[in-house]
Amino acid sequence: MARRRKATRRSLLAGLGAAAAGLSFGPLAGCAAKAPTGANGEEQKLNLYNWDTYTGKTTLADFKAATGVEVNMSLFATNDELFSKLKAGNPGFDVIVPSNEYVTRMRIANMLMPLDLAKIPNRINILPGFQNPDFDPGRRFSMPYTWLVLGIGYRRSKIQGVPDSWKWLMDSDRYKGRIGLFSEADDLIELAGKYLGHSVHDIPPEMIAQIAQMYIRQKPNIKIFHNDEGQDLLLSGDIDIVMEYNGDIAQVMLEDPDLDFVVPREGSIINSDCLCIPKGAPRPDNAHQFINFLLDGRNGAEIYKTIRYPTPNAAALALMPQSYRENRAIFPPPEAMARCEYARFEGLARAQLYDETLTRIFAS
Amino acid sequence: MEENWKRAKAVFAAMAGPPVFWLAAFFLVPLGIIWAYSFGENSSLTEIAINGTFANYVHAIQPLYLGIIVKSFWFAALTTALCLVVGFPVAIAITFAPEKTKAWLLLLIMLPFWTNLLIRTYALMAVLRTEGYINFALAFLWNSLGHLTAAFGHPLAAFTPLELLHNNFAVVFGLVYVQLPFMVLPLYAALDRLDRSLLEASLDLGAGHFTTFRRVVIPLATPGIISGIIVTLIPSVGAYLTPDLLGGPESLMIANVIERQFKTANNWPFGSALSFLLMYMTFIAIAVQAMVARNRRGAAR
Repeated sequence: MARRRKATRRSLLAGLGAAAAGLSFGPLAGCAAKAPTGANGEEQKLNLYNWDTYTGKTTLADFKAATGVEVNMSLFATNDELFSKLKAGNPGFDVIVPSNEYVTRMRIANMLMPLDLAKIPNRINILPGFQNPDFDPGRRFSMPYTWLVLGIGYRRSKIQGVPDSWKWLMDSDRYKGRIGLFSEADDLIELAGKYLGHSVHDIPPEMIAQIAQMYIRQKPNIKIFHNDEGQDLLLSGDIDIVMEYNGDIAQVMLEDPDLDFVVPREGSIINSDCLCIPKGAPRPDNAHQFINFLLDGRNGAEIYKTIRYPTPNAAALALMPQSYRENRAIFPPPEAMARCEYARFEGLARAQLYDETLTRIFAS
Repeated sequence: MEENWKRAKAVFAAMAGPPVFWLAAFFLVPLGIIWAYSFGENSSLTEIAINGTFANYVHAIQPLYLGIIVKSFWFAALTTALCLVVGFPVAIAITFAPEKTKAWLLLLIMLPFWTNLLIRTYALMAVLRTEGYINFALAFLWNSLGHLTAAFGHPLAAFTPLELLHNNFAVVFGLVYVQLPFMVLPLYAALDRLDRSLLEASLDLGAGHFTTFRRVVIPLATPGIISGIIVTLIPSVGAYLTPDLLGGPESLMIANVIERQFKTANNWPFGSALSFLLMYMTFIAIAVQAMVARNRRGAAR
């Protein structure tokens, strides 16, 4: 699944994300002194592996005040980075935040610990739509933290009307030289499948070839295939219409009222970032406590106030201001959301086919 | 005497030991692992079975990937040629500068190494982009000119910003910018050793400046030119950050394809095969170059 950053002042940090291996210091940094033992017999400590700017300002301090457990947070920039870090064995993380597709991948690769639902009573706060997703039936391995939807971010003064179709990005020269697309193979191909009237799943090989042809035809009109800095390119005026996540565009909309976001009428891809406990977590009980803490309404509201991603938590949503609840970029209209699907992990062979298709598109 | 020599051997071993260990443990062994991966296949999401298959290499020599490798060499060759054209006068200027200025000029060449490549590339993006400093300056000049001509009744059309970023031009520009010091330093080292009296002799004996440069300076600087070309060409072929950040839809280079195999495509065996294919091709290119150079020297004798 696509990488994205929840950056605040993005441009420079964004690039550092490219070298972000260096940004994660590993969970063992600076913990030579042993933390005291808590009532549950575990060390009063927790190693969290998270996206950048993805907690509230006081969340970790609040958790420490409530439980005495000190949270030590490391950051990753892409799901791939998270996956490769844990691939050879858990280096000591207690809680991780993969996206839905990677919940599946890690479950298949036997890298996740089943959750003890009795220790997470706050799961009743989760909105019904997120209680039983296809990628984790019955929520046995993951709890939802945020969700995101791909769509079109655009500059109103430069675009005619509302560009509510993928056509304007994929199959039209109207905005020649001002278009930005993701450089992620799966997003590009699955969304093009959506544009051609197919589901994002099980796209047949003929259609993949047709999609490749469409993008090759469109290439002269595309200014850049970006690495999830679409919101910055839009804000700086380098491009006027871009494929991006709603949360990213919602952040820059605060800075420039000329920007807007729409989920195209053909539908799109939803993602959900989830809280999971990796196999081999040294402090599973603290991890359950932490997940339960994040799912609490008040604690959740503190988080979403900062990060401005849509919440799957009903109790937190009820506490949020109107400017968040009624923001059409954060919460696109339900009729648009009804046509969206979760991306699904469809096996390594398909991931490699998509990658080769993208190489072909770039190279031709 | 023999005692001494033996002791020197022990000293030599003591000195060479750590670097040899370092080279083996952190370069040869990891390289060997990647080499082994290139003969393997993904047996599950997290495991690679090394079964001696050549399938990855067969896959890698498709026209699709060979084309990208050729294009990367082409980008790198262009970069190297530009570095040579720009770097040679710089190296000459440094060589003939007064001692005190020379130290400062060399410092200026080294200065970029004090800054992270990523930061320099981002700075370059701020300069090149549509709303960047170059277009900003050009728009200012154009509009000033426009005011002037409007006063005479010939207003100019509105300024259209130059497309400087996210295309092949930006990639080559960025590569030249990054690689230039690597070209200048070996050239300077070669030119600095050059015997000035040879130049004087050439000029005294009636050769013009250009002939002296062509027939005396260039042949004497050849070792520097060759090492400059090698240290510029090879990193440019494998450039990854520059095409990723400065390039557009046309600027895919082989390192970007390799990176994707290790990350999103999760296909380490294929990525390893591509890496080694690139390495073999680089070795062959250097070997051919060395053979040609030896033949030429043989013929000249």
